[in-house]
Amino acid sequence: MLTCEGRVWKFGDDVNTDLIIPGRYLDNYDPDHLAKHAMEGISKDFASEASPGDVIVAGSNFGCGSSREQAVVALRGHGVKAIVAVSFARIFYRNAINLGMHVYQSPEAHSMFADGDVISLDSEKNRLRSVDGSREVMLADMPTRPREIVDSGGLIPYVKHIMLERKV
Amino acid sequence: MSGRTVAEKILGRAAGKPGAKAGDVLEVTPDVVMSHENTFLVDKAFEQFDLERPWAPDKVVVVLDHRSPANTVQTANAHARIREIVRRMGIERFYDVGEGVCHQLLVEKKLVRPGQLVLGADSHTTTVGAVGAFGAGIGATEMAGIWATGETWLKVPETIKITMTGHLERAVFPKDIALYLASRLGPSGADYMCMEFSGIFLFDISISGRMVLCNMAAEMGAKAAIAPADSTFGAWSPECASLNSGACTSDPDASYHDIIELVAEDISPMVSGPDRVESGRGVEEFEDIEVDQAFIGTCTNGRLEDLIAASWVLKGNKVATGTRLLVAPASKSVLSDALSMGVIQTILEAGGTILPPGCGPCLGAHEGVLASGEVCISSSNRNFKGRMGSEDAKIFLASPATVAASAVKGRIEDPRRWLNVDL
Ligand code: SF4
Repeated sequence: MLTCEGRVWKFGDDVNTDLIIPGRYLDNYDPDHLAKHAMEGISKDFASEASPGDVIVAGSNFGCGSSREQAVVALRGHGVKAIVAVSFARIFYRNAINLGMHVYQSPEAHSMFADGDVISLDSEKNRLRSVDGSREVMLADMPTRPREIVDSGGLIPYVKHIMLERKV
Repeated sequence: MSGRTVAEKILGRAAGKPGAKAGDVLEVTPDVVMSHENTFLVDKAFEQFDLERPWAPDKVVVVLDHRSPANTVQTANAHARIREIVRRMGIERFYDVGEGVCHQLLVEKKLVRPGQLVLGADSHTTTVGAVGAFGAGIGATEMAGIWATGETWLKVPETIKITMTGHLERAVFPKDIALYLASRLGPSGADYMCMEFSGIFLFDISISGRMVLCNMAAEMGAKAAIAPADSTFGAWSPECASLNSGACTSDPDASYHDIIELVAEDISPMVSGPDRVESGRGVEEFEDIEVDQAFIGTCTNGRLEDLIAASWVLKGNKVATGTRLLVAPASKSVLSDALSMGVIQTILEAGGTILPPGCGPCLGAHEGVLASGEVCISSSNRNFKGRMGSEDAKIFLASPATVAASAVKGRIEDPRRWLNVDL
Protein backbone atom coordinates (compact mmCIF):
# COMPACT_ATOMS: atom_id res chain seq x y z
CA MET A 1 0.00 0.00 0.00
CA LEU A 2 1.26 3.44 -0.82
CA THR A 3 0.03 6.90 -0.12
CA CYS A 4 2.12 9.82 -1.14
CA GLU A 5 1.71 13.52 -1.35
CA GLY A 6 4.01 15.82 -3.24
CA ARG A 7 4.47 17.65 -6.48
CA VAL A 8 4.09 16.46 -10.04
CA TRP A 9 7.20 16.25 -12.21
CA LYS A 10 5.81 16.21 -15.69
CA PHE A 11 7.68 14.81 -18.69
CA GLY A 12 6.76 14.13 -22.30
CA ASP A 13 6.96 11.06 -24.54
CA ASP A 14 9.93 8.71 -25.05
CA VAL A 15 12.00 9.81 -22.05
CA ASN A 16 14.96 7.44 -22.43
CA THR A 17 17.23 6.06 -19.74
CA ASP A 18 20.18 8.11 -21.02
CA LEU A 19 18.15 11.19 -20.05
CA ILE A 20 17.15 9.70 -16.70
CA ILE A 21 20.73 8.75 -15.82
CA PRO A 22 23.51 9.17 -18.40
CA GLY A 23 25.90 6.26 -18.96
CA ARG A 24 28.91 8.30 -17.91
CA TYR A 25 27.77 8.17 -14.27
CA LEU A 26 27.22 4.44 -14.12
CA ASP A 27 30.66 3.38 -12.96
CA ASN A 28 29.66 4.46 -9.48
CA TYR A 29 26.83 2.32 -8.08
CA ASP A 30 26.16 4.50 -5.02
CA PRO A 31 22.42 5.45 -5.01
CA ASP A 32 23.18 8.97 -3.69
CA HIS A 33 25.62 9.59 -6.52
CA LEU A 34 23.03 8.38 -9.07
CA ALA A 35 20.29 10.50 -7.48
CA LYS A 36 22.48 13.57 -7.83
CA HIS A 37 22.40 13.19 -11.60
CA ALA A 38 18.81 12.01 -11.99
CA MET A 39 17.00 13.50 -15.02
CA GLU A 40 20.07 15.59 -15.74
CA GLY A 41 19.51 15.37 -19.47
CA ILE A 42 15.97 16.68 -19.34
CA SER A 43 15.39 18.78 -16.20
CA LYS A 44 17.54 21.45 -14.59
CA ASP A 45 15.69 21.26 -11.28
CA PHE A 46 14.77 17.65 -10.65
CA ALA A 47 18.05 16.56 -9.05
CA SER A 48 18.11 19.50 -6.64
CA GLU A 49 14.41 19.78 -5.85
CA ALA A 50 12.67 16.41 -6.12
CA SER A 51 11.67 15.13 -2.71
CA PRO A 52 9.87 12.22 -1.05
CA GLY A 53 6.24 11.94 -2.06
CA ASP A 54 6.72 13.49 -5.48
CA VAL A 55 5.20 11.67 -8.43
CA ILE A 56 6.44 11.51 -12.01
CA VAL A 57 3.70 11.97 -14.60
CA ALA A 58 4.93 11.14 -18.08
CA GLY A 59 3.78 10.57 -21.64
CA SER A 60 4.17 7.39 -23.63
CA ASN A 61 7.12 4.96 -23.71
CA PHE A 62 8.68 6.22 -20.47
CA GLY A 63 12.10 4.70 -19.77
CA CYS A 64 12.92 3.51 -23.27
CA GLY A 65 16.48 2.62 -24.18
CA SER A 66 19.00 0.81 -22.03
CA SER A 67 18.20 -1.86 -19.44
CA ARG A 68 20.08 0.06 -16.74
CA GLU A 69 18.29 -0.45 -13.47
CA GLN A 70 20.13 2.59 -12.12
CA ALA A 71 17.45 4.69 -13.85
CA VAL A 72 14.96 3.53 -11.24
CA VAL A 73 17.53 3.76 -8.45
CA ALA A 74 18.30 7.39 -9.37
CA LEU A 75 14.61 8.37 -9.15
CA ARG A 76 14.04 6.36 -6.00
CA GLY A 77 17.01 8.13 -4.46
CA HIS A 78 14.80 11.23 -4.24
CA GLY A 79 11.98 9.37 -2.54
CA VAL A 80 9.91 9.05 -5.72
CA LYS A 81 7.75 6.00 -5.17
CA ALA A 82 5.28 6.23 -8.04
CA ILE A 83 5.30 6.92 -11.76
CA VAL A 84 2.16 7.44 -13.80
CA ALA A 85 2.70 7.32 -17.55
CA VAL A 86 0.63 6.92 -20.69
CA SER A 87 2.81 3.86 -21.31
CA PHE A 88 6.17 2.42 -20.23
CA ALA A 89 9.03 0.81 -22.10
CA ARG A 90 9.05 -2.80 -21.02
CA ILE A 91 12.45 -3.21 -19.37
CA PHE A 92 12.01 -0.01 -17.36
CA TYR A 93 8.55 -1.19 -16.30
CA ARG A 94 9.93 -4.50 -15.05
CA ASN A 95 12.88 -2.83 -13.33
CA ALA A 96 10.58 -0.40 -11.55
CA ILE A 97 8.35 -3.20 -10.28
CA ASN A 98 11.32 -5.31 -9.27
CA LEU A 99 12.61 -2.42 -7.18
CA GLY A 100 9.20 -1.88 -5.56
CA MET A 101 8.18 1.25 -7.48
CA HIS A 102 4.46 1.77 -8.13
CA VAL A 103 3.91 2.16 -11.86
CA TYR A 104 0.56 3.01 -13.35
CA GLN A 105 -0.50 3.25 -16.93
CA SER A 106 -2.97 6.06 -17.35
CA PRO A 107 -4.14 7.63 -20.58
CA GLU A 108 -5.63 10.64 -18.72
CA ALA A 109 -3.22 11.75 -16.01
CA HIS A 110 -0.79 13.34 -18.44
CA SER A 111 -3.33 15.74 -19.87
CA MET A 112 -4.98 16.44 -16.53
CA PHE A 113 -2.02 17.44 -14.38
CA ALA A 114 0.58 20.13 -14.89
CA ASP A 115 4.20 20.27 -13.81
CA GLY A 116 4.37 21.46 -10.19
CA ASP A 117 0.78 20.52 -9.27
CA VAL A 118 0.52 19.32 -5.70
CA ILE A 119 -1.14 15.93 -5.70
CA SER A 120 -1.79 12.88 -3.59
CA LEU A 121 -1.73 9.27 -4.67
CA ASP A 122 -3.50 6.46 -2.87
CA SER A 123 -2.55 3.02 -4.14
CA GLU A 124 -5.35 1.25 -2.32
CA LYS A 125 -8.06 3.37 -3.86
CA ASN A 126 -6.02 3.64 -7.08
CA ARG A 127 -6.61 7.36 -7.04
CA LEU A 128 -4.48 10.30 -8.09
CA ARG A 129 -5.92 13.70 -7.16
CA SER A 130 -4.85 17.28 -6.83
CA VAL A 131 -4.63 18.31 -3.19
CA ASP A 132 -7.09 21.15 -3.73
CA GLY A 133 -9.60 18.52 -4.83
CA SER A 134 -10.21 20.08 -8.22
CA ARG A 135 -9.03 17.15 -10.35
CA GLU A 136 -8.97 13.41 -9.89
CA VAL A 137 -7.99 10.41 -11.97
CA MET A 138 -8.79 6.81 -11.19
CA LEU A 139 -5.85 4.59 -12.07
CA ALA A 140 -6.27 1.10 -13.49
CA ASP A 141 -4.98 -1.56 -11.13
CA MET A 142 -1.53 -2.94 -11.92
CA PRO A 143 -1.63 -6.43 -13.48
CA THR A 144 -1.64 -9.26 -10.93
CA ARG A 145 2.00 -10.33 -11.01
CA PRO A 146 3.51 -6.84 -10.94
CA ARG A 147 1.11 -5.91 -8.15
CA GLU A 148 2.16 -8.92 -6.06
CA ILE A 149 5.83 -8.06 -6.53
CA VAL A 150 5.37 -4.39 -5.64
CA ASP A 151 3.21 -5.28 -2.63
CA SER A 152 6.01 -7.55 -1.38
CA GLY A 153 8.37 -4.57 -1.56
CA GLY A 154 10.12 -5.67 -4.77
CA LEU A 155 11.48 -8.80 -6.39
CA ILE A 156 14.00 -9.75 -3.71
CA PRO A 157 11.46 -10.11 -0.88
CA TYR A 158 9.01 -11.66 -3.36
CA VAL A 159 11.47 -14.35 -4.46
CA LYS A 160 12.61 -14.97 -0.87
CA HIS A 161 9.01 -15.66 0.00
CA ILE A 162 8.62 -18.11 -2.89
CA MET A 163 11.84 -19.89 -1.90
CA LEU A 164 10.56 -20.28 1.66
CA GLU A 165 7.23 -21.66 0.46
CA ARG A 166 9.00 -24.21 -1.72
CA LYS A 167 11.08 -25.41 1.22
CA VAL A 168 8.01 -25.91 3.43
CA MET B 1 -6.97 -23.51 -34.40
CA SER B 2 -4.46 -21.25 -36.09
CA GLY B 3 -0.77 -22.12 -36.19
CA ARG B 4 1.81 -20.77 -33.83
CA THR B 5 4.50 -18.14 -34.10
CA VAL B 6 8.09 -18.97 -33.32
CA ALA B 7 7.84 -16.72 -30.24
CA GLU B 8 4.92 -18.77 -28.95
CA LYS B 9 6.80 -21.99 -29.60
CA ILE B 10 10.01 -20.94 -27.88
CA LEU B 11 8.37 -19.46 -24.80
CA GLY B 12 5.92 -22.35 -24.56
CA ARG B 13 8.81 -24.79 -24.59
CA ALA B 14 10.75 -22.79 -21.99
CA ALA B 15 7.71 -22.92 -19.71
CA GLY B 16 6.76 -26.55 -20.30
CA LYS B 17 3.48 -25.33 -21.82
CA PRO B 18 3.68 -26.29 -25.49
CA GLY B 19 0.25 -24.86 -26.27
CA ALA B 20 1.07 -21.31 -25.09
CA LYS B 21 -0.41 -18.43 -27.07
CA ALA B 22 0.23 -14.70 -27.24
CA GLY B 23 -1.09 -13.02 -24.09
CA ASP B 24 -0.39 -15.98 -21.76
CA VAL B 25 1.73 -15.17 -18.72
CA LEU B 26 4.28 -17.95 -18.27
CA GLU B 27 6.84 -19.03 -15.73
CA VAL B 28 9.88 -19.63 -17.95
CA THR B 29 13.32 -21.14 -17.42
CA PRO B 30 15.88 -19.54 -19.74
CA ASP B 31 18.47 -21.63 -21.58
CA VAL B 32 21.10 -18.91 -21.36
CA VAL B 33 21.40 -15.85 -19.13
CA MET B 34 23.91 -13.10 -19.74
CA SER B 35 25.12 -10.07 -17.85
CA HIS B 36 28.07 -7.72 -18.31
CA GLU B 37 29.60 -5.19 -15.91
CA ASN B 38 26.20 -5.10 -14.25
CA THR B 39 27.01 -8.58 -12.90
CA PHE B 40 28.27 -6.47 -9.99
CA LEU B 41 24.69 -5.33 -9.34
CA VAL B 42 23.29 -8.81 -10.03
CA ASP B 43 25.58 -10.23 -7.37
CA LYS B 44 24.71 -7.52 -4.85
CA ALA B 45 21.06 -8.46 -5.19
CA PHE B 46 21.84 -12.19 -5.33
CA GLU B 47 23.73 -11.99 -2.03
CA GLN B 48 20.47 -11.29 -0.28
CA PHE B 49 19.26 -14.82 -1.07
CA ASP B 50 22.10 -16.41 0.86
CA LEU B 51 22.87 -18.91 -1.90
CA GLU B 52 26.31 -20.05 -2.98
CA ARG B 53 25.88 -20.08 -6.72
CA PRO B 54 23.34 -19.61 -9.51
CA TRP B 55 20.81 -22.37 -10.12
CA ALA B 56 22.80 -23.53 -13.17
CA PRO B 57 26.27 -21.93 -13.48
CA ASP B 58 26.68 -23.58 -16.90
CA LYS B 59 23.83 -21.45 -18.27
CA VAL B 60 25.37 -18.21 -17.08
CA VAL B 61 27.48 -16.04 -19.38
CA VAL B 62 29.40 -13.04 -18.04
CA VAL B 63 31.21 -10.54 -20.28
CA LEU B 64 33.28 -7.47 -19.40
CA ASP B 65 32.69 -5.19 -22.35
CA HIS B 66 31.03 -1.89 -21.41
CA ARG B 67 33.98 -0.22 -19.69
CA SER B 68 36.69 -2.47 -20.85
CA PRO B 69 39.58 -2.07 -20.17
CA ALA B 70 38.53 -0.31 -16.98
CA ASN B 71 38.06 3.46 -17.31
CA THR B 72 38.14 4.34 -13.60
CA VAL B 73 39.27 2.83 -10.31
CA GLN B 74 35.64 2.14 -9.49
CA THR B 75 35.22 0.13 -12.67
CA ALA B 76 38.51 -1.68 -12.04
CA ASN B 77 37.26 -2.64 -8.57
CA ALA B 78 33.97 -3.86 -10.05
CA HIS B 79 35.85 -5.90 -12.67
CA ALA B 80 38.05 -7.43 -9.95
CA ARG B 81 34.97 -8.30 -7.93
CA ILE B 82 33.29 -9.91 -10.94
CA ARG B 83 36.38 -12.04 -11.65
CA GLU B 84 36.27 -13.23 -8.07
CA ILE B 85 32.53 -14.02 -8.31
CA VAL B 86 32.78 -16.11 -11.49
CA ARG B 87 35.72 -18.08 -10.08
CA ARG B 88 33.96 -18.77 -6.79
CA MET B 89 30.65 -19.69 -8.42
CA GLY B 90 32.12 -21.90 -11.12
CA ILE B 91 30.86 -19.74 -13.99
CA GLU B 92 33.08 -20.94 -16.82
CA ARG B 93 31.61 -18.92 -19.65
CA PHE B 94 33.31 -15.75 -18.55
CA TYR B 95 34.82 -13.36 -21.12
CA ASP B 96 37.26 -10.86 -19.74
CA VAL B 97 38.45 -7.48 -21.00
CA GLY B 98 39.19 -7.40 -24.75
CA GLU B 99 37.17 -10.45 -25.82
CA GLY B 100 34.35 -8.37 -27.28
CA VAL B 101 30.78 -7.15 -26.95
CA CYS B 102 28.43 -9.51 -25.11
CA HIS B 103 25.84 -9.91 -27.89
CA GLN B 104 28.56 -10.57 -30.43
CA LEU B 105 30.13 -13.26 -28.24
CA LEU B 106 26.83 -15.05 -27.61
CA VAL B 107 26.50 -15.63 -31.35
CA GLU B 108 30.15 -15.88 -32.38
CA LYS B 109 31.10 -18.39 -29.67
CA LYS B 110 27.88 -20.30 -30.37
CA LEU B 111 26.74 -19.95 -26.78
CA VAL B 112 23.20 -19.64 -28.15
CA ARG B 113 21.26 -22.09 -30.30
CA PRO B 114 18.19 -21.69 -32.47
CA GLY B 115 14.99 -22.15 -30.48
CA GLN B 116 16.53 -21.17 -27.15
CA LEU B 117 15.30 -18.58 -24.68
CA VAL B 118 18.01 -16.09 -23.79
CA LEU B 119 17.56 -13.46 -21.09
CA GLY B 120 20.25 -10.84 -20.85
CA ALA B 121 20.75 -7.92 -18.51
CA ASP B 122 21.06 -5.65 -21.53
CA SER B 123 18.46 -4.14 -23.81
CA HIS B 124 20.06 -5.38 -27.03
CA THR B 125 19.72 -9.04 -26.07
CA THR B 126 17.26 -9.08 -28.99
CA THR B 127 20.39 -9.47 -31.19
CA VAL B 128 20.53 -13.25 -30.70
CA GLY B 129 17.31 -13.50 -32.71
CA ALA B 130 19.65 -13.55 -35.70
CA VAL B 131 20.29 -17.22 -34.98
CA GLY B 132 16.69 -18.13 -34.28
CA ALA B 133 16.74 -17.63 -30.51
CA PHE B 134 14.29 -15.54 -28.49
CA GLY B 135 16.37 -12.94 -26.64
CA ALA B 136 14.89 -10.39 -24.28
CA GLY B 137 16.45 -7.78 -22.03
CA ILE B 138 15.88 -7.60 -18.28
CA GLY B 139 17.39 -5.67 -15.36
CA ALA B 140 20.00 -6.70 -12.80
CA THR B 141 17.61 -7.46 -9.93
CA GLU B 142 15.51 -9.70 -12.14
CA MET B 143 18.70 -11.49 -13.19
CA ALA B 144 19.48 -12.09 -9.52
CA GLY B 145 16.03 -13.63 -9.10
CA ILE B 146 16.75 -15.96 -12.03
CA TRP B 147 20.16 -16.86 -10.63
CA ALA B 148 18.32 -17.86 -7.46
CA THR B 149 15.37 -19.81 -8.86
CA GLY B 150 16.05 -20.44 -12.55
CA GLU B 151 12.73 -18.83 -13.35
CA THR B 152 10.96 -15.62 -14.15
CA TRP B 153 7.62 -14.59 -15.61
CA LEU B 154 7.09 -13.47 -19.19
CA LYS B 155 4.04 -12.58 -21.18
CA VAL B 156 4.03 -14.26 -24.57
CA PRO B 157 4.17 -11.39 -27.06
CA GLU B 158 2.24 -10.88 -30.22
CA THR B 159 4.41 -10.80 -33.33
CA ILE B 160 4.90 -8.23 -36.07
CA LYS B 161 6.12 -9.89 -39.23
CA ILE B 162 8.45 -7.99 -41.52
CA THR B 163 9.03 -9.14 -45.06
CA MET B 164 10.70 -7.47 -47.99
CA THR B 165 10.49 -7.82 -51.76
CA GLY B 166 13.12 -6.84 -54.31
CA HIS B 167 16.85 -6.46 -53.88
CA LEU B 168 18.91 -3.95 -51.94
CA GLU B 169 20.80 -1.54 -54.09
CA ARG B 170 24.57 -1.22 -53.83
CA ALA B 171 25.80 0.71 -50.80
CA VAL B 172 22.53 -0.06 -48.98
CA PHE B 173 23.09 -2.26 -45.95
CA PRO B 174 21.02 -3.96 -43.22
CA LYS B 175 21.63 -0.90 -41.03
CA ASP B 176 19.79 1.18 -43.60
CA ILE B 177 16.86 -1.26 -43.46
CA ALA B 178 16.86 -0.98 -39.67
CA LEU B 179 16.93 2.84 -39.68
CA TYR B 180 14.21 2.90 -42.34
CA LEU B 181 12.06 0.55 -40.26
CA ALA B 182 12.65 2.63 -37.13
CA SER B 183 11.52 5.73 -39.00
CA ARG B 184 8.32 3.95 -39.96
CA LEU B 185 7.53 2.31 -36.63
CA GLY B 186 8.81 4.95 -34.20
CA PRO B 187 10.42 4.30 -30.80
CA SER B 188 7.45 2.40 -29.40
CA GLY B 189 5.96 0.96 -32.58
CA ALA B 190 6.89 -2.57 -31.55
CA ASP B 191 6.50 -2.12 -27.77
CA TYR B 192 6.07 -5.48 -26.02
CA MET B 193 6.06 -7.26 -29.40
CA CYS B 194 8.29 -9.77 -31.10
CA MET B 195 9.51 -8.64 -34.53
CA GLU B 196 9.90 -11.51 -36.95
CA PHE B 197 12.01 -10.96 -40.06
CA SER B 198 11.02 -13.52 -42.59
CA GLY B 199 10.57 -14.44 -46.18
CA ILE B 200 12.80 -14.76 -49.12
CA PHE B 201 14.67 -11.49 -48.46
CA LEU B 202 16.51 -13.08 -45.59
CA PHE B 203 18.46 -15.23 -48.04
CA ASP B 204 20.24 -12.05 -49.10
CA ILE B 205 21.18 -11.24 -45.54
CA SER B 206 23.99 -12.92 -43.61
CA ILE B 207 23.87 -13.81 -39.92
CA SER B 208 25.83 -10.60 -39.33
CA GLY B 209 23.18 -8.55 -41.17
CA ARG B 210 20.38 -10.30 -39.30
CA MET B 211 22.11 -9.32 -36.07
CA VAL B 212 21.83 -5.67 -37.15
CA LEU B 213 18.09 -5.99 -37.75
CA CYS B 214 17.40 -7.87 -34.50
CA ASN B 215 19.66 -5.50 -32.55
CA MET B 216 17.88 -2.38 -33.74
CA ALA B 217 14.47 -3.91 -32.95
CA ALA B 218 15.18 -2.77 -29.39
CA GLU B 219 14.97 0.83 -30.65
CA MET B 220 11.38 0.20 -31.71
CA GLY B 221 10.50 -1.15 -28.26
CA ALA B 222 10.48 -4.82 -29.23
CA LYS B 223 10.71 -7.42 -26.51
CA ALA B 224 12.49 -9.76 -28.90
CA ALA B 225 13.25 -10.06 -32.59
CA ILE B 226 13.82 -13.17 -34.56
CA ALA B 227 14.99 -14.34 -37.94
CA PRO B 228 13.67 -17.89 -37.99
CA ALA B 229 16.04 -20.72 -38.80
CA ASP B 230 16.75 -21.25 -42.49
CA SER B 231 19.50 -22.67 -44.66
CA THR B 232 21.90 -19.80 -43.85
CA PHE B 233 22.25 -21.44 -40.45
CA GLY B 234 24.00 -24.41 -42.01
CA ALA B 235 27.00 -22.24 -42.74
CA TRP B 236 26.88 -20.62 -39.33
CA SER B 237 26.77 -23.91 -37.53
CA PRO B 238 26.81 -27.31 -39.26
CA GLU B 239 25.02 -28.88 -36.28
CA CYS B 240 22.17 -26.47 -36.80
CA ALA B 241 21.74 -27.62 -40.38
CA SER B 242 20.23 -30.84 -39.11
CA LEU B 243 18.04 -29.00 -36.66
CA ASN B 244 14.34 -29.75 -36.50
CA SER B 245 13.53 -26.31 -37.86
CA GLY B 246 9.78 -26.69 -37.21
CA ALA B 247 10.55 -25.73 -33.61
CA CYS B 248 12.37 -22.60 -34.73
CA THR B 249 10.04 -21.20 -37.37
CA SER B 250 6.47 -19.95 -37.36
CA ASP B 251 3.71 -22.09 -38.82
CA PRO B 252 2.43 -20.83 -42.18
CA ASP B 253 -0.99 -20.10 -40.64
CA ALA B 254 0.33 -18.38 -37.49
CA SER B 255 -1.51 -15.18 -36.58
CA TYR B 256 0.28 -11.85 -36.48
CA HIS B 257 -0.44 -8.52 -34.88
CA ASP B 258 0.68 -6.88 -38.10
CA ILE B 259 2.56 -7.68 -41.28
CA ILE B 260 4.86 -5.03 -42.73
CA GLU B 261 6.00 -5.47 -46.30
CA LEU B 262 9.08 -3.49 -47.26
CA VAL B 263 10.23 -2.85 -50.80
CA ALA B 264 14.02 -3.07 -51.01
CA GLU B 265 14.27 -0.46 -53.75
CA ASP B 266 12.57 2.12 -51.46
CA ILE B 267 15.52 2.00 -49.10
CA SER B 268 18.59 4.14 -49.71
CA PRO B 269 21.54 4.93 -47.41
CA MET B 270 19.97 6.39 -44.28
CA VAL B 271 21.12 8.75 -41.54
CA SER B 272 19.27 9.33 -38.29
CA GLY B 273 19.79 12.05 -35.75
CA PRO B 274 20.34 13.84 -33.58
CA ASP B 275 18.64 12.56 -30.42
CA ARG B 276 15.96 10.38 -31.98
CA VAL B 277 16.59 7.03 -33.65
CA GLU B 278 13.33 7.28 -35.59
CA SER B 279 14.40 10.51 -37.30
CA GLY B 280 16.11 8.65 -40.18
CA ARG B 281 16.00 10.06 -43.71
CA GLY B 282 18.06 9.69 -46.85
CA VAL B 283 21.74 10.64 -46.37
CA GLU B 284 21.44 13.45 -48.93
CA GLU B 285 19.41 15.49 -46.44
CA PHE B 286 22.35 15.64 -44.02
CA GLU B 287 25.21 16.28 -46.37
CA ASP B 288 26.41 19.68 -45.22
CA ILE B 289 26.90 18.64 -41.58
CA GLU B 290 30.54 18.71 -40.45
CA VAL B 291 31.79 15.69 -38.51
CA ASP B 292 34.28 15.78 -35.61
CA GLN B 293 34.22 12.08 -34.82
CA ALA B 294 33.29 9.06 -36.90
CA PHE B 295 32.84 5.80 -34.99
CA ILE B 296 32.56 2.27 -36.34
CA GLY B 297 31.88 -0.55 -33.91
CA THR B 298 29.35 -1.89 -31.37
CA CYS B 299 26.95 -4.81 -31.16
CA THR B 300 25.12 -3.25 -34.10
CA ASN B 301 27.87 -2.78 -36.67
CA GLY B 302 31.31 -3.81 -35.43
CA ARG B 303 31.59 -7.11 -37.28
CA LEU B 304 33.93 -8.22 -40.05
CA GLU B 305 31.37 -7.44 -42.75
CA ASP B 306 31.12 -3.89 -41.39
CA LEU B 307 34.86 -3.31 -41.22
CA ILE B 308 35.21 -4.64 -44.76
CA ALA B 309 32.50 -2.28 -46.04
CA ALA B 310 34.31 0.61 -44.35
CA SER B 311 37.62 -0.46 -45.88
CA TRP B 312 36.13 -0.38 -49.40
CA VAL B 313 35.57 3.31 -48.86
CA LEU B 314 38.81 3.99 -47.00
CA LYS B 315 41.17 2.16 -49.37
CA GLY B 316 43.57 4.72 -50.81
CA ASN B 317 41.83 7.62 -49.07
CA LYS B 318 42.55 9.67 -45.97
CA VAL B 319 40.38 10.73 -43.08
CA ALA B 320 39.72 14.47 -43.45
CA THR B 321 41.79 16.91 -41.41
CA GLY B 322 39.81 17.92 -38.33
CA THR B 323 37.90 14.62 -38.25
CA ARG B 324 38.89 11.54 -36.25
CA LEU B 325 37.89 8.00 -37.13
CA LEU B 326 37.61 5.45 -34.31
CA VAL B 327 37.08 1.77 -34.98
CA ALA B 328 36.29 -0.77 -32.26
CA PRO B 329 35.95 -4.32 -33.62
CA ALA B 330 33.05 -6.14 -31.95
CA SER B 331 35.31 -8.96 -30.80
CA LYS B 332 38.87 -10.23 -30.69
CA SER B 333 38.08 -12.70 -33.41
CA VAL B 334 36.69 -9.93 -35.65
CA LEU B 335 39.88 -7.96 -35.01
CA SER B 336 42.03 -10.97 -35.80
CA ASP B 337 40.17 -11.76 -39.05
CA ALA B 338 40.24 -8.12 -40.11
CA LEU B 339 43.97 -8.07 -39.43
CA SER B 340 44.72 -11.09 -41.56
CA MET B 341 42.60 -9.70 -44.39
CA GLY B 342 44.47 -6.41 -44.39
CA VAL B 343 41.37 -4.47 -43.38
CA ILE B 344 42.98 -3.09 -40.24
CA GLN B 345 45.99 -1.95 -42.27
CA THR B 346 43.66 -0.10 -44.64
CA ILE B 347 41.94 1.64 -41.73
CA LEU B 348 45.26 2.63 -40.17
CA GLU B 349 46.68 3.89 -43.46
CA ALA B 350 43.59 6.03 -43.92
CA GLY B 351 44.32 7.60 -40.54
CA GLY B 352 41.84 5.68 -38.38
CA THR B 353 42.42 4.65 -34.76
CA ILE B 354 41.77 1.08 -33.63
CA LEU B 355 40.19 0.68 -30.18
CA PRO B 356 40.15 -2.57 -28.19
CA PRO B 357 37.18 -4.89 -28.83
CA GLY B 358 34.26 -3.91 -26.61
CA CYS B 359 31.53 -1.29 -26.47
CA GLY B 360 34.05 1.54 -26.80
CA PRO B 361 32.55 5.03 -26.86
CA CYS B 362 29.00 3.75 -27.60
CA LEU B 363 27.71 4.54 -24.12
CA GLY B 364 29.86 7.56 -23.36
CA ALA B 365 31.99 5.95 -20.68
CA HIS B 366 35.42 6.34 -22.29
CA GLU B 367 37.54 5.98 -25.45
CA GLY B 368 36.05 8.78 -27.48
CA VAL B 369 33.72 10.86 -25.32
CA LEU B 370 32.31 13.87 -27.19
CA ALA B 371 32.94 17.52 -26.29
CA SER B 372 30.12 20.05 -26.22
CA GLY B 373 29.15 21.19 -29.65
CA GLU B 374 30.81 18.22 -31.35
CA VAL B 375 29.19 16.07 -34.02
CA CYS B 376 29.65 12.32 -34.23
CA ILE B 377 28.48 9.95 -36.93
CA SER B 378 28.31 6.45 -35.53
CA SER B 379 27.50 2.91 -36.61
CA SER B 380 25.89 2.26 -33.20
CA ASN B 381 22.21 2.05 -32.36
CA ARG B 382 21.40 5.05 -30.15
CA ASN B 383 21.80 8.77 -30.75
CA PHE B 384 20.14 9.88 -27.52
CA LYS B 385 21.14 13.25 -26.16
CA GLY B 386 24.19 12.92 -23.91
CA ARG B 387 24.73 9.25 -24.75
CA MET B 388 28.32 9.57 -25.97
CA GLY B 389 29.47 12.41 -23.73
CA SER B 390 28.41 16.03 -23.61
CA GLU B 391 24.70 16.76 -23.72
CA ASP B 392 25.48 19.41 -26.30
CA ALA B 393 27.05 16.96 -28.72
CA LYS B 394 25.06 15.64 -31.67
CA ILE B 395 25.05 11.99 -32.67
CA PHE B 396 23.99 10.70 -36.09
CA LEU B 397 23.56 7.01 -36.89
CA ALA B 398 24.41 5.36 -40.17
CA SER B 399 25.88 2.24 -41.76
CA PRO B 400 29.65 1.65 -41.50
CA ALA B 401 30.08 2.60 -45.17
CA THR B 402 28.33 5.93 -44.61
CA VAL B 403 30.39 6.54 -41.47
CA ALA B 404 33.62 5.80 -43.37
CA ALA B 405 32.62 8.05 -46.29
CA SER B 406 31.79 10.83 -43.84
CA ALA B 407 35.18 10.42 -42.13
CA VAL B 408 36.95 10.87 -45.45
CA LYS B 409 34.84 13.82 -46.50
CA GLY B 410 34.79 15.50 -43.08
CA ARG B 411 31.05 15.99 -43.55
CA ILE B 412 28.16 13.56 -43.64
CA GLU B 413 28.55 11.92 -47.03
CA ASP B 414 26.69 9.61 -49.36
CA PRO B 415 28.59 6.28 -49.48
CA ARG B 416 27.36 5.66 -53.02
CA ARG B 417 29.91 8.19 -54.28
CA TRP B 418 32.68 6.02 -52.85
CA LEU B 419 31.31 2.66 -53.85
CA ASN B 420 30.97 3.22 -57.59
CA VAL B 421 27.28 3.77 -57.69
CA ASP B 422 25.92 6.16 -60.32
CA LEU B 423 23.87 8.80 -58.59
S1 SF4 C 1 27.95 -1.81 -27.96
FE1 SF4 C 1 26.66 -0.14 -27.16
S2 SF4 C 1 24.56 -0.82 -27.47
FE2 SF4 C 1 25.89 -2.62 -27.72
S3 SF4 C 1 25.92 -3.61 -25.70
FE3 SF4 C 1 27.67 -2.19 -25.80
S4 SF4 C 1 26.91 -0.25 -24.93
FE4 SF4 C 1 25.12 -1.50 -25.43
